[in-house]
Amino acid sequence: MTDYTRAEMMVVAAARELRDRDVVFVGVGIPTLATILAKRTHAPNLWLLTESGIVGAMPTRLPLSIADPCLVTGTQAIVSTVELFSLYLQRGWIDVGFLGGAQVDRFGNINSTVIGPYEKPAVRFPGSGGACEIASLSKRTMIIMPQGKRRFVEKLDFLTTPGYLTGGDARQRAGLLGGGPSVVVTDLGLFRFDPVTKEMYLATVHRGVTVDQVRENTGWDLRVAEDLQVTPDPSEEELRVVRELDPTAHFLSREA
Amino acid sequence: MADDKLMTMREAIAQYVNDGDTIYLAGLSHLVPFAAAHEIIRQRKRDLVFCRPTPDILLEQMLSVGILRKVEFCWAGNPGIGNLRVFRRVVEKGLPFPVEIEEYTMFGFTARLLAGAMNLPFMPVRTNIGSDLPAKNPKIKTIQDPYGGETLSVVPALRPDVSILHVQRADRGGNAQVWGITSDHRDAAFAAKRVIISAEEIVDEAVIRADPNRTIVPDFLVSAVVHEPFGAHPSYAQGFYDRDNDWYQEWDRLSADQAAVDAYVAEWIDGVPDRAAYVAKLDEVTKAKLQIEPAWSGQISYGVYK
Repeated sequence: MTDYTRAEMMVVAAARELRDRDVVFVGVGIPTLATILAKRTHAPNLWLLTESGIVGAMPTRLPLSIADPCLVTGTQAIVSTVELFSLYLQRGWIDVGFLGGAQVDRFGNINSTVIGPYEKPAVRFPGSGGACEIASLSKRTMIIMPQGKRRFVEKLDFLTTPGYLTGGDARQRAGLLGGGPSVVVTDLGLFRFDPVTKEMYLATVHRGVTVDQVRENTGWDLRVAEDLQVTPDPSEEELRVVRELDPTAHFLSREA
Repeated sequence: MADDKLMTMREAIAQYVNDGDTIYLAGLSHLVPFAAAHEIIRQRKRDLVFCRPTPDILLEQMLSVGILRKVEFCWAGNPGIGNLRVFRRVVEKGLPFPVEIEEYTMFGFTARLLAGAMNLPFMPVRTNIGSDLPAKNPKIKTIQDPYGGETLSVVPALRPDVSILHVQRADRGGNAQVWGITSDHRDAAFAAKRVIISAEEIVDEAVIRADPNRTIVPDFLVSAVVHEPFGAHPSYAQGFYDRDNDWYQEWDRLSADQAAVDAYVAEWIDGVPDRAAYVAKLDEVTKAKLQIEPAWSGQISYGVYK
C-alpha cells in the first residue's frame, strides 16, 4: 500500500460519496478537487456545475477558481449566474451541493462569515457566496473540511449556511426544500447524521486515527457509531489521480 | 449607422463616473474590468458605493486608496487561495480606511441585479431562511406569497448609477458580445443608468450582426466604448488570454503588508497613465505564459432570406 496523507484520505473519502449520474454543484477548492477525482474514477457520468454558470464541466487541469477558463472550454452549457441559481438550483435539479467552511456544528450548520461579532470580527472570512442557497436547495449536502476544536464547535460564531438548524424536524419546519447534509468528511474521519435527531455522529475513522483523537478535535460531546469502521484506504488509482490533479498540493497542503 | 461612442478610458471614467456614484463592476472572475478600476483609482473618484458579488483584487486596490464609502458583496475572497487581506484589515480594524458593508448571498445578490434589470422593486429568493444574515442586513426581508401564503425571503433591487463591463468584442456603438462565463454582464447593463463597455477588440457592426445570439448588450444602453486590449488582466478573457493565477497567489503574499499594497498602487496604477502603459510594463515571461492556443467553435448558419 502506498503512503498517503490524511488530507488525501479526506478527498478520496469525500469523492466516494458522489454517485455516478449525480448533478453536483461544487464550491471552490477541495470540493472541486474531490468532484473531479470522482468523475475520473467511479463516477464518469456525474455533472459538475460551478456558481460561475458552468454546467457539465470537463476540466483539463485543476481549476484554481470556480470561474477558471479550463472549466469553460469543452463544457456542455454556460448560463448566467442568476439563471444557474434560479433555473437549476431553485427549480430543484441539483442532487448534491458540495461545500467547505470555517466552522461546523453538530447539526451540520456552517459558518464561513466571521469569527467573533459580525460588526467587529476577530477574523473576517469571504462570506456565503452561494453556500447558503446551495445547502438550502440541493437534495443532499456534502461538507468537507479539516477538523479541529475551533472548527467543530458547540456554537457557531455565525450561521452562514443552514444544515439541520436546531436538529429534529427544524429544517423542514423552516421550509427549506433541500434534504440537508448527508455527510461531513474531515482529515480524521467521516460523519453521518442520525435520521431522527439529525445530530452528527462519527461513522468511520481514517487509518491511524483514534476515537479519542477525534473527540479531542470536536467541540461537543461527540456521538460515535456502535459499529464504527475504519475508512477504506485510498486505492493506487485514487491517489494517482489526486496527485496528478494537485501535483503541488496547493489545496491539500493549505487545508490540512 | 450607430453612434460612435469610442473614447479613451480616461475620457469614459471622467465623463460617466461621478463622486458618490453606486458603481457596478461586472464579471465573476472572468472579464473582471481591471483597466476601468485602475482608471477610477487614478482619477480618485470619491465616496463610491462598490457593488460586485465577488469583489476580487480590484476591491483591495480601491480600499487601499480610500475612495469607497460602502461595499455591497456576497463573497469577498481570493478564489482558491483564501481571504482578501486588505478587506480583512478594513473590516476587522477599520484600516487603512473604514467602510460600510452590505452583504448578501450569491443568489440574493444576482437576484437584486435581475430585479433592477427588470424594473421591479425586489425579488423573492428561496434562500436566507435559517441563516444569521437577515438579522445583520435589515434589507433582506420576508413577504407572504399572495397566492399560496408561503413566507418567502426577498431582496431589494440593485440599480447602479453606472455599470462597467469588459467584453471580448464590441462595435463603436456599444453592441457587446461575450462568450465563456457570462455571469452578471447582461443584468449589470440593464439595471444601470449608464453603461461603459471596454472591449478586447472593436469590430465592425457587420461582425456583430453576423452572430446576433452572442450579443448580450445592445448599443442603445451604452454610454461609452473603450478599446482596451488585455483590459481584464490579471483576470482573463476567454479565447484571448489565460487567468494569471500566479499573480493572484502573489497578491496573497504581497497584500499581507499594506505598505507593499500601497507601493503596488503607486507603481502599477498611479505610476502608469493608462492600460497600454501597464501592458507594456508587464514582463515578457508573464505575457508569454498567458498566451493560449485557439479552440474554435463550430459554425452555424443563420441562413439568407430573400
